[in-house]
Amino acid sequence: MIIVEENKCDFCGTCVAVCPVDAIELFEAQIDILHDRCIDCDLCVWICPIEVLHTVENEATLA
Amino acid sequence: MKDEYDVIVVGGGPAGSMAAKFAAEGGASVLMLEKDRDIGMPVRCGEAVGADGLARFLEPNDKWIASKINSFRLVSPSGLIVDIEGLSDGGYVLDRRIFDYELALMAGNAGASIMTKAYVYDLIKDGDSIKGVKLKYLNEKVEFRSKIIIAADGVESRVGRWAGIKTTIKIKDMESAIQISVGNVDCKSNRLDFYLGSEVAPGGYLWVFPKGENYANIGLGVAGNHNKSKSARKYLDDFMEKNYPEASILTTVVGGVPCAHTLPKIAADNIMIAGDAAHMVNPVSGGGIVSGMQGGRLAGTRAAEAVRAGDYSYKFLTKYEKDWHKLLGKSYERMYKIKSAVSKLTDDDLNRTAEIISSLPQSKRTLGRVFKTALLKHPKLLFDVVRAFASV
Repeated sequence: MIIVEENKCDFCGTCVAVCPVDAIELFEAQIDILHDRCIDCDLCVWICPIEVLHTVENEATLA
Repeated sequence: MKDEYDVIVVGGGPAGSMAAKFAAEGGASVLMLEKDRDIGMPVRCGEAVGADGLARFLEPNDKWIASKINSFRLVSPSGLIVDIEGLSDGGYVLDRRIFDYELALMAGNAGASIMTKAYVYDLIKDGDSIKGVKLKYLNEKVEFRSKIIIAADGVESRVGRWAGIKTTIKIKDMESAIQISVGNVDCKSNRLDFYLGSEVAPGGYLWVFPKGENYANIGLGVAGNHNKSKSARKYLDDFMEKNYPEASILTTVVGGVPCAHTLPKIAADNIMIAGDAAHMVNPVSGGGIVSGMQGGRLAGTRAAEAVRAGDYSYKFLTKYEKDWHKLLGKSYERMYKIKSAVSKLTDDDLNRTAEIISSLPQSKRTLGRVFKTALLKHPKLLFDVVRAFASV
């Protein structure tokens, strides 16, 4: 699954623009990955100018 | 405040403001919605623009011109410097915070209502038919109905998607970009500097755009397919460490630049898309300020005509698509081919071209002369590239 380090994110929306399945929602300083829609294509991870998106095995990996 | 308008514009950037202005001037009731607290902030932009393009919309004003440009510097991968001076039609580095305010004021003075901190999260639909927008405003959910929506909601556009128009950008056509505004740097206040090469910015370029004495926007874009192995931030960090280790960083912004074709479909029943959201960006230079303003103007103008005719169908609005194609879309198709060709040039190609140009005496190094000389090496190609930049 894909996770966002929100405290590093600039909320620029570049990931939203390349997401092929509209699975990223961005509102002011809040960004959400809609995991039920996400197809783990990783395009958002590649495009992020500052590497705040990551692929992890499961959410616990981040902690 | 009313709850129904003829035209709702989503997004308060240059495209949105011009759409709102021209729709209002055409007699429509208009509401423009901006998601951020402030029009023009944050500034996700290099801020360079051609003087000619802007002059069609407003008189130049020192309050939003940070510096006036009449020369370029190209730095080849090997470090060879090529200066091109005396550009006939120069340009500006803007202060977008003030500039975007100015554009929004033009919309307001034409009669458009404006709301900031208004985040559109969905469309109101009756079956498949678009009837307005749903938004969050000061923590409240609000709805506004309209006959036409103009989606000028930027590179991260979602309004178009909700209307069933595919706005996703292919990763190879997206430039992953980062920019810092820095002080204590040696830059010339009348010159734009471009650094090229696979070590600096593969599939893109690095810019040093002066905003005053020792004050500049330094940024770069890396083609999306290159960003995977090394991010834009790392490229910029490396460049700064090597070239400007003493710089003081006032702000950092990041973002994506859609260097793609204009979307094939930018209108549907009750909706038009404009600006970055429609990929109205010069694919070679990544410049999109004037493009977005032009797109917004065309969309706003057509929206007002639709209101007067009482016809909001795609059949009526498609003239907007044709107008855009004729004005800029067609030439951007050609630019896209050039971009594809340029992306195949090796560092050696770029170095050899720079050598040829720099063999000319400075006094003869006008843009025209550079074109002619570059022709020897890359017929047509470089000519178009430099022209693309000259008309950002």
